[in-house]
Amino acid sequence: MIAHGYLILLFPLLAFAVNGLWLARRNGFAAGLFSILMSAASLAYAIPLALEWFAAVHGGDASAPVEAWRFTWLPLEGALKVDFSMILDPISVMMLLVIGTVALLVNVYSMGYMRHDPSRGRFFALLSLFAFSMLGLVIAGNVFQMYVFWELVGVSSYLLIGFWYEKPSAVAASKKAMIVTRFADSFFLLGIVLAAYAAGSMDFSVLNGSAIAAMSREVSLGGFHVNLLFLASLLMFLGGWGKSAMFPLHIWLPDAMEGPTPVSSIIHSATMVVAGVYLTARFFPMFAAAPGFLDLVRVVGIFTALFAAVIACTQKDIKRILAFSTLSQLGYMMFSLGAAATVLGGVNTAAYSASAFHIFTHAFFKCLLFLGAGALIHHVHANELDAMGGLWKKLPLTWISMLLACLAIAGIPPFSGFWSKDEIILAAWQSGHGLSAALALFTGFLTAFYMFRLYFLAFHGEPRGGHGEGHGRHEDPWMTVPIVILAVPTVLSGLLAKDFFHHFALPHQVLSESPVEHVAWLPATAATLGILGLFLAFVLYGRRGADAKAALSVEGRGGWYRLILNKFYIDELYLFVARRLLIGGFAGAVKWVDTNVVDAAVGATASGTLRSGALLRRLQNGNLAFYIGAFLFGILLLRILGRLPL
Amino acid sequence: MTLERCLLLAFALFAIGVYGALTRRHLVGLLISIELMLNAANINLAAFAHFRPGDATGGATFALFTIAVAACEMAAALSIVVAMYRRRRNLDLDKLRSLREPIEAEPGAGKAP
Repeated sequence: MIAHGYLILLFPLLAFAVNGLWLARRNGFAAGLFSILMSAASLAYAIPLALEWFAAVHGGDASAPVEAWRFTWLPLEGALKVDFSMILDPISVMMLLVIGTVALLVNVYSMGYMRHDPSRGRFFALLSLFAFSMLGLVIAGNVFQMYVFWELVGVSSYLLIGFWYEKPSAVAASKKAMIVTRFADSFFLLGIVLAAYAAGSMDFSVLNGSAIAAMSREVSLGGFHVNLLFLASLLMFLGGWGKSAMFPLHIWLPDAMEGPTPVSSIIHSATMVVAGVYLTARFFPMFAAAPGFLDLVRVVGIFTALFAAVIACTQKDIKRILAFSTLSQLGYMMFSLGAAATVLGGVNTAAYSASAFHIFTHAFFKCLLFLGAGALIHHVHANELDAMGGLWKKLPLTWISMLLACLAIAGIPPFSGFWSKDEIILAAWQSGHGLSAALALFTGFLTAFYMFRLYFLAFHGEPRGGHGEGHGRHEDPWMTVPIVILAVPTVLSGLLAKDFFHHFALPHQVLSESPVEHVAWLPATAATLGILGLFLAFVLYGRRGADAKAALSVEGRGGWYRLILNKFYIDELYLFVARRLLIGGFAGAVKWVDTNVVDAAVGATASGTLRSGALLRRLQNGNLAFYIGAFLFGILLLRILGRLPL
Repeated sequence: MTLERCLLLAFALFAIGVYGALTRRHLVGLLISIELMLNAANINLAAFAHFRPGDATGGATFALFTIAVAACEMAAALSIVVAMYRRRRNLDLDKLRSLREPIEAEPGAGKAP
């Protein structure tokens, strides 16, 4: 079973090839069915493979990667070569299952959501490509293979975000996603080259093992002395920084919702954005060995978590709120990995498993939230909360499932998000990062608040317009079934998988220090804060007589509200830097040099040739006597100069 | 008679030919001047053959050969002159300048010459 693990990848690739080359243009419905079939086959292969892997490693060191297969793709110089291989360890197996599940359910959902889209065949082809790329990324046994699939993930997200390419905003969003992540990826590539040069290998097993000692030295870089390990870690982490949309490279993710909602769902839950977190987890032993590096990861993570949560409290667009909640949750995952470095200088591996656990639970409830949001949007034909309200009667199954997902993300026990978030905060506390843990608790409160703000404004209160009124109950089974299925792991995945992550999802080759004893008051505090946030949202938006229109209006709001509503003007800052400084300043100077130096030199050469040519043309005067004279004069001249023999 | 005198004669003849070629405005005059230059070369050939120790027939043969070639060349050239006269009714070199570059065309103006 394990030796043929490549089949998990080949099924979606086959779906992409068949749909993209042939089926998409003939029959969109058949293309969708084929994609569903292939993703189901992929998942059906992944589950027994995971069981077999689990049986094989059970009792031994589960974190040691099992290599399913390997072939050499590019033999480079000496021992340096690029292999393609498949490694199975706790996080890659977990990701295989998560991606398989999410891809299957999103494909099924898209059958309903994209029902009226004329080019849905193309959509299914690209969705399969996306799943294939992400599956290839997680099984990568070497960093170059990871980079290949990393870029494939980038290009498929570009194609899907810009799926409705006749919409200028979708084109702009897809370009934004591509440019921002490519900017970060260029550092990733630099990091790969540097690490391969310094370590002589691209395998994770080497980079996370023997290469650490070889790279732990100071190098001089333009007069500064930097630690080579830190530098390589930073460059590679920057790739994950952009892919996982950490502040300040987060600007592409809220715009990425311009794509169809199933795309947002798969981007935000299982593919694309968790790639950055996955990269950090994959390089965890190396990053943990770089002095002070995990502190950077922790600060970036907790800042993004808090920053995005604050913005999410003011947004009106339902998908935008969810996008900022994704940013916030990704911040949690990064924060957790960073918090593994204890204040005493040791490594607390409980934080690593907490991060993997949060990836796992988050994938289900975030996928559900987006699919549910898609159902709402499909129903009212608008993204804004202004057009919703009172939808619980129209979409009862979606309503119940969304309620469960909101409870999960808000961290209310016993739903899944509570367990993973609790593990993260607990691990941070055990590592001695009191302030960060407090900020994470506060972010949890904000999360509960903005999620239930969305919930109450969308499902309760009086209906506020939208096209969906008067249709009665209106739920499409293609869309409702995946939502209801996802409600099961949303509720249970935390409780059931807790022990698995605790015991098995540990980083390889990292020595853990014995964790501090469990802090009993922390889960209670986290749950209380979540319930407080829920209650605050209820008082403001949910109770009878709450004025939803006033709650959504910007009129009479203070400057702080506008600042947050406009996302702290980060996008405008980017535009300023891009337009004024880069295009206006730097590009203007370059243009001046181009016009006045480069072009001028070319022009001068051309006009000089023309002018000297015009002078020489006067010799061609048609006077035979002049020609003869010139001829004789020339012979004499050559004779005098000694070039002619007598 | 010495070699120097022969060479001086050839030089004078050649110089006269050059002068004529540069100044004659009539096409036939130009041809005559060229013929003078050829003859100067022939004198050189004959003179060197004569004053060189040994057999002189080589140089004389060469001179004869050149004369024959020049005669053929003249026949061709004169027939061209006749054809030219029939066509243009004119043998003035200052007027036969249709192959010259038109001076009024400015550089880069794109005018066909």
